[in-house]
Amino acid sequence: MLKARRNPVNVAAMHAVLIVYTLIALFPVFVILINSFKTRKAIFREPLSLPGADSFSLIGYETVLRQGDFFGYFQNSMIVTVASLFFILLFGAMAAFALAEYRFKGNTLMGLYLALGIMIPIRIGTVAILELMVSTGLVNTLMALILVYTAQGLPLAVFILSEFMRGVSDDLKNAGRIDGLSEYVIFFRLVLPLVRPAMATVAVFNMIPIWNDLWFPLILAPAEETKTLTLGSQVFIGQFVTDWNAVLSALSMAILPVLILYVIFSRQLIRGITSGAVK
Amino acid sequence: MASRRPIRWHIVVFLAPAVLVYTAIMIFPLFNTLRLALFTEVDNVRHFVGLENFRTLFGDPRWSESFWNALGNNFWFFFIHMLVQNPIGILLAAILSHPRLRFAALYRSAIFIPTILSFVIVGFAWKLILSPIWGIAPGMLDAVGLKFLYAPWLGKEEYALTTLSLVSVWQFVGIPMMLIYAALLTIPEEILEAAEVEGITGMSAFWKIKLPLILPSIGIISILTFVGNFNAFDLIYAAQGALAGPDFSTDILGTFLYRTFFGFQLQLGDPHMGSAIATAMFAIILVGVCIYLFGIQTRMRRYQF
Repeated sequence: MLKARRNPVNVAAMHAVLIVYTLIALFPVFVILINSFKTRKAIFREPLSLPGADSFSLIGYETVLRQGDFFGYFQNSMIVTVASLFFILLFGAMAAFALAEYRFKGNTLMGLYLALGIMIPIRIGTVAILELMVSTGLVNTLMALILVYTAQGLPLAVFILSEFMRGVSDDLKNAGRIDGLSEYVIFFRLVLPLVRPAMATVAVFNMIPIWNDLWFPLILAPAEETKTLTLGSQVFIGQFVTDWNAVLSALSMAILPVLILYVIFSRQLIRGITSGAVK
Repeated sequence: MASRRPIRWHIVVFLAPAVLVYTAIMIFPLFNTLRLALFTEVDNVRHFVGLENFRTLFGDPRWSESFWNALGNNFWFFFIHMLVQNPIGILLAAILSHPRLRFAALYRSAIFIPTILSFVIVGFAWKLILSPIWGIAPGMLDAVGLKFLYAPWLGKEEYALTTLSLVSVWQFVGIPMMLIYAALLTIPEEILEAAEVEGITGMSAFWKIKLPLILPSIGIISILTFVGNFNAFDLIYAAQGALAGPDFSTDILGTFLYRTFFGFQLQLGDPHMGSAIATAMFAIILVGVCIYLFGIQTRMRRYQF
């Protein structure tokens, strides 16, 4: 290796740029988190200092837990996200298998049809989606959200998974066929376990937008008992704008679950993006 | 094929659930929305009016003013993303892709954190930080002697949209960074070493060798940014509400669509005018995607290693 690439001045400059940008990226999150543990006075007097013995307070969290049904919201978000991911992965993998494995009339056309939704956002059809949900009585149910997110996630899932399934060896599947396994058994027992890494990538890609979506919960399921965490914190914060302790605590409570999930899944997510799954 | 094969039912079973859900919840409503744009409702009865809604949207000054305002704002929103988000993303990716850079994984994960936060968190967090009441932003500017630069950015008509665009840039810079980073990793080491032997290193290696090789990825990022920006809604709604204040200066197509079809405060919802706006958004996105697919992507040279 030539020494030009290891010039210490360059290395220092690179670290400086990255450190500055990391600070910019983390600063707002940090400020919100530390101030959520402070008294109202301390929030305004010294917004940038860590909570100390005399400025520590949990009053904001107490208000939030008393006034808002955050556990209910959290549960709704959890149900919607997990169920949507389950259907995206199951239906997506099945369709991807059909497209990757069998030759039939209209295969390419079907692939193109399913790929349309990658570029066209589902939000464009919101007016008719709302009408559909009203006429089927699904408004203000979690089912409405699960259906919408499943439809939204399927195109990219089919696209990514069918690319991976083309790479599964034919010998394995044919060996299964000779042993008399049905196509369903071949799919569920032989192929699915082999594409698990791709399924994880699809899951992680879909998880964040579903969890964070505000548009569809606002339009399709704004009732108190079906509010997701994102919508719930939006409404709560809107009502408590002047109660800074409560607002900061509500924000922190919305940040924490995502942050924990991110710490768990960040390697998977980054590997998924950098493996070129979305080229 | 001469002999007719029996229908292979398992193919139908494998395809059916995905095709049904996708068709019923995505494709059918999409076309139904385009169709609804041609109707209007009088006394709870739906009438076909042809292109009347579009004539109202573009011709009636009350509507057209809001529409052009939202569209113009949306283009500015997109412009800031292209001008700030993507260059910063490329710069960060170029630094991160340096071989043997220490703590690269740590930086990468930290810089990606804003991208995973919801718009509600991002919108409110920045609202609080920029707020003149709390005083974090003026206080910090004061510390470096630039307090005169401070203004309540989100409250001023002339700054609010740019400020929100920059907040959105802050949130999403991780995506171009990751995609460009992935593209840079695929450039073979031999090419870079060959260039080094020729004396091309550092900045000139980036401009002359790496940048041309990652142009396809920059194209993908641009179209993703375009589609994302033209159906954006959440951040503006979380930070400024459905009225996209002050005085509609941050109104974009997403918030305009929401107010129109869902109704807000005293304004009643009008699904048919809403469909007309959605149709316009659909057309804009379609034009953008077509320009990308047929104008940019096919002309771009791809290199195989």
